[in-house]
Amino acid sequence: MAPSGPNQDGKTTNGGGELLSENAPLEKPPAPLSAGDLFARLAGIGVLLLGVVGAFLYLGGWFSPQKLTPARFVDEFERVGGIHSGFRRNHAKGVCVRGFFDSNGQGARLSKAVVFQSGRVPVIGRFSLGGGNPHASDDLSNVRGLGLQFSLPDDEQWRTAMVNLPVFPFKDPQAFYDNLVASQRDPNTHQPDPAKGAAFIASHPETARAIAIIKSHAPSSGFDNTAYNGLNAFRFINADGATTYVRWTLAPVQPYQAAAGASQEKNLLFDGLIASIQQHPLQWHLVLTVAQPGDPTDNATIQWPEGREQVDVGTLTLDSVESDDSSPARDINFDPLVLPAGMAPSGDPLLSARSAIYSQSFTRRAGETKEPSEITPAEVRK
Amino acid sequence: MSARTTDRQQFTGSMRFLHWLMAALVLTMLGIGVAMVASLGDYHRLVSIHRPVGILILILVVIRFVNRRLSSVPPFPATMSPQERFAAHASEVLLYTLLFVEPLVGWGMLSAARYPIVLFGSLRLFPILPHSLMLYAVLRKTHTFLAYLLFLAFVAHFGAILFHTLIVRDGMLSRMAPWRARAR
Repeated sequence: MAPSGPNQDGKTTNGGGELLSENAPLEKPPAPLSAGDLFARLAGIGVLLLGVVGAFLYLGGWFSPQKLTPARFVDEFERVGGIHSGFRRNHAKGVCVRGFFDSNGQGARLSKAVVFQSGRVPVIGRFSLGGGNPHASDDLSNVRGLGLQFSLPDDEQWRTAMVNLPVFPFKDPQAFYDNLVASQRDPNTHQPDPAKGAAFIASHPETARAIAIIKSHAPSSGFDNTAYNGLNAFRFINADGATTYVRWTLAPVQPYQAAAGASQEKNLLFDGLIASIQQHPLQWHLVLTVAQPGDPTDNATIQWPEGREQVDVGTLTLDSVESDDSSPARDINFDPLVLPAGMAPSGDPLLSARSAIYSQSFTRRAGETKEPSEITPAEVRK
Repeated sequence: MSARTTDRQQFTGSMRFLHWLMAALVLTMLGIGVAMVASLGDYHRLVSIHRPVGILILILVVIRFVNRRLSSVPPFPATMSPQERFAAHASEVLLYTLLFVEPLVGWGMLSAARYPIVLFGSLRLFPILPHSLMLYAVLRKTHTFLAYLLFLAFVAHFGAILFHTLIVRDGMLSRMAPWRARAR
């Protein structure tokens, strides 16, 4: 308030007072306020100040304790998966990989992003298993994830977090959250309550349809021979400013092999990935699917119709693997909205929510002591 | 170059312009900041505004500080006691400091986390700190703490000017008013 420069405080205090008394006398002192007037004015000031504080608290969600916030969402992940110091709150178990992406230039007509111009860019990534437990056993039916960071010239980046599901089971963050709540284990039986799961499915037909699609795709035997899907639609902008909605998929060059029954091996998937990448580089084609007008771009539970144009824009090669403990990928938040110029989010409500929730998880784990991961550097060298 | 207190009644036009422009920006930023951390659907949109406006405030506060040092300022009203003048001066130093440090902490924490610091389109800022999650965690908490402190300092500033304007009635608001004060 009433400003005075850092270095002329003395001047203002002394000199200012003098000047005032000499040169700037008050025209005349105001008449005293009556008690009622004084009270009304003080009350008015109080109301204004309370209004400002109230507006601030309102914007911060203090008056809506039921509102779904990133913090409440991550709290729920922690209730389901536990708190594991230094680990991601979901997709906690993982290993890091490095390689490069060779663009063939075919994507440039859809997006001006540098990544789609012909040429090679370095990539760092992380394969992961869904769930908050970093020491979980590899369950072949569990969701497999692949986070990638493409490092473009001039420090520009593209980050994406994909999974091996053909569609996402939840249409918005609230549905995802409600499913987490419904899948909480009962403290007595240590099992989720089947009635709660059934009630969730009954009230979310889009999830039932998505699960049917997911079940029609039998999981593959490994991390290396499965496709990874971006699921959400994105808006691509080309050099002429024309926009197109696209989804992307990494289609494996390694031939599909069905998962063979149940296994007792705890790190089956990760050990398989390490063995395979140490034998030969692993490759995927990055394929863009282009939406037609009318295709849903804000709902990742729905597949686009067959026959949509597909553009193979280049090949991802991953040729080295590293433990989470030693790789810089551990410290990357694979926020799906870290996008280069030429790519932008669609109206899918999941995208902004993912960005917010990933950031919340990242902030929490950033301040924690880092515990050793399941796949240690020794495990990788084995 | 030290600012002269003069017989001027008001801060200079450029000082008043910068004051009200920054008041609007800072209040907007405090609202966006507290809303975005509690938001899922609007998070991305709000963050995309928060980053460039924060950097704009950082630039403006530097311009404003230099401008402040180069200009003469009106004296405090005679109604203010030495203690009040000290409090006013201290709160001004606090506000200037917070307006400078808070955007820097924001820039620093994004640097430590190695988020690309996109202002708009392909315009990005360079990182000013090394990649360190611990550093990020500390700066992230600091950013929130300073934001609350800034909000409280604003409430105190607003309360004091209301008190002077409505109770003491010494015309303090006219020193910074966006309109030209009538000549004595």
